[in-house]
This record gives sequence, structure tokens and C-alpha cells, in this order.
Amino acid sequence: MRPRLVVLIAAAVAVFAAALPLAQMKPWNNAGLSGPPSGPAGPAPRRDLSGTWDAGNAGIQPTGHVAAPFTPRGEQMAKANKPGNGSRLVSVNDDNDPLSTMGDPTGFPRIVLYELRPFQIVQTSNQVLILYMFEKRWRVIWTDGRALPTNPDPRWYGYSVGRWIDDSTLVVNSVGTDDRTWIDNAGNPHSNSLRVEERYHRVNQRTMELTVTLDDPVVYTKPWVAVDKLQINLMPNGSDLMEMIPSASEAAAYRRVIASQAKTK
Amino acid sequence: MRNIIVAVSIAALGVPLVSVSLMAHHGAAALDTGKEITLKGTVTEWIWSNPHCFLQFDAKDDTGNVRNWAVETQNPTAMTQRGWSRTSFKAGDEVTVTLEPVRNGQPIGRLLTVVLPNGEKLVAATATSAP
Repeated sequence: MRPRLVVLIAAAVAVFAAALPLAQMKPWNNAGLSGPPSGPAGPAPRRDLSGTWDAGNAGIQPTGHVAAPFTPRGEQMAKANKPGNGSRLVSVNDDNDPLSTMGDPTGFPRIVLYELRPFQIVQTSNQVLILYMFEKRWRVIWTDGRALPTNPDPRWYGYSVGRWIDDSTLVVNSVGTDDRTWIDNAGNPHSNSLRVEERYHRVNQRTMELTVTLDDPVVYTKPWVAVDKLQINLMPNGSDLMEMIPSASEAAAYRRVIASQAKTK
Repeated sequence: MRNIIVAVSIAALGVPLVSVSLMAHHGAAALDTGKEITLKGTVTEWIWSNPHCFLQFDAKDDTGNVRNWAVETQNPTAMTQRGWSRTSFKAGDEVTVTLEPVRNGQPIGRLLTVVLPNGEKLVAATATSAP
């Protein structure tokens, strides 16, 4: 074999061998970050939240939140909700959580306040899209300057608009949520008058903080902060997220085999 | 080797063994908190699903009667982080299961650990702390 050909073949093999481990470093079905990032972080890019993010276990609130005091109407609504967790927990046979017993959508803001699993943010010229691993749902946040709708038809995930208040903070305001959804696992209710503010503050290249404030004068006597500066970390570029879909058939199998058999009365 | 990998993975991931969402769908009130039992049995089904995965297996009780147990873990996402997978078990596997039973005597509970026929141990959770 001529020496030049041998060199070419050797070079091709080397390139292939180098590319192989790189390809193997891109796993499918990522369940989330293995821990907080370490090492120095770069500066936050200007007005950019794009990427895949994970708050880890801090994003999951199985027992719900301590809400502001109820109004009389809120008290009435809360009594109708029979949660499987939190301070008003009931027996499994009385649980009427629309998510876990009926397969209803989690809805907004519960998807942020209960199962904030990893999510991806995609920015376009006039939208911020949030793609949630949990339920494989998405939200559209309009950033084109439009106003929120007045008296909108309720939607499971509401109506959202966003604006940058500085180069690293996006404030999202939402209305028009569906009062069939709960706020959290504790059965805290909301009305169709609920207004939600989410504040996404990018601290640096790999970290942002989320603060969520709820204002629902029909149900609560004052606005309250449900999430306060929750740290959310950027996942590696190319992270492929698992599906985490609470399907009705799987939930029914779980209730039949486990939950209904575990009842205490 | 596998249990070492799982243990190391858990330590490396910083995943707490006591789940934050276990029993989130019917509350820990149904459990005999802190009670653990260990049973030898045969896997009948491993259900990899939301909201929680669960393992079904046949095991003899004290009188020699076979009961089909169903013991839950967490969701596939959390179990993946602990090194478990859709293929962790197959029907017919002989296993030794340590679990936390429900209060009402039904063959239901929370899965704590499983020892596979080759001695490998999979860890799902620790028992609920007794009040």
C-alpha cells in the first residue's frame, strides 16, 4: 500500500474514533440534572432565557403551598376540594383531585407550582415558548406588546404576555385561567379572576431565579408569593427530556391496583 | 456490581432516598409508618408508569397461602435517576422484597428494596419515619 494512502486511512479512522465518544455523550431520555452546577459561571446573555432548565427537587411541591387567608368564598371553594395531600388531606376514597383522579390537565399555575420538572424555553421574535417535560405541555407567552384580554374565555393554561423590565428579567403576567384546576396538591382553589405574575431573572449564564405571585381577590384576602427566587439551572445543550405524561389509563391502573386497595375506611 | 452502581449513582446525584412525592396521590396516612416486612416471591408484573411505578409479585403468607402483592415506587423519572428502568424486572424473576405495608392488611405497600436472584440490590426508598 502506498504510504500516502496509509496516512489517509489512518486519518479517517482517527476522525471516526474521535467522533464516536462525542456521539455517545448525547443520551436520550434525560430525567433532569444530577445536581447543581459547579465552577465559574459566565455572564447572563442579554434578554435570553433560551435553553433547557431544571429546578431539581426544589421545583416539586407534593404537599402544596401555604396560601394567604381565604375570603368567605375562598373558604367555600376550598371545602369542595378534597386533596390527597397537604393540611386538608382526605382519605383516598374521598380524594377528588381533578388531575390525579380524573386525568384533567394540570393547568396553570399548578404546572409551575406543583410539578416544575425540566422545561425548555424557546424564544422567537414575538413569543417566549415554555415546553414542559411534565405532561409534555407548552405555554405561549406573547412578547409583542399586546395587552392581556379582558373578560377572556377561561383556558386550562390561561393567557400570558411578557415584557423585559431589564436585560436579565422577564416578567410574565397571566389571566383567564380555568377555575376547575387547583393551584397545588393541597387543593388550594382559584377563581377565573386569578392574576399571576412570574418573574424570570437570569442571574448568570447557567442560573435563573423564578418568583411567582398570585392575586385572586375572590379567593384570597391578599396577594401572596407562592414561589420566591426558586433557583433553576441550565441543562447541557442537547438534553433530550423524558416523557412524563400522567395518562388517564395509567392513572386508572394505579388507582385500581394500589390506591383503592390502600384505603383506610 | 449493579447495586454498587445504583448506590454510587444515588450518592453522586444527591437524590434523597426519602421521596418528596411518594404517596402524593393518596397520602402516607394509609401506610403503617415505620413498619417493614421482607418477603420472598415471584414477579408477576412490573408496571413502569405514572403517577407511580409498581411491582406485583406472588409471595406466601405465614399460613402458606399465596398472595399477590402490589408495591409502589415513584414515577419513572425519579426511578431513572436512581438507576431503575423499564426492564429492571420481568415476570418470573425470583426476588426478595422489603416493603412498608398499608395499615388495612391488604397486600399493598411501598417498595423499599429488592434483592434480585444474583444478589444485586435495588434501593427505592427508606421507610417512613414513625411519628
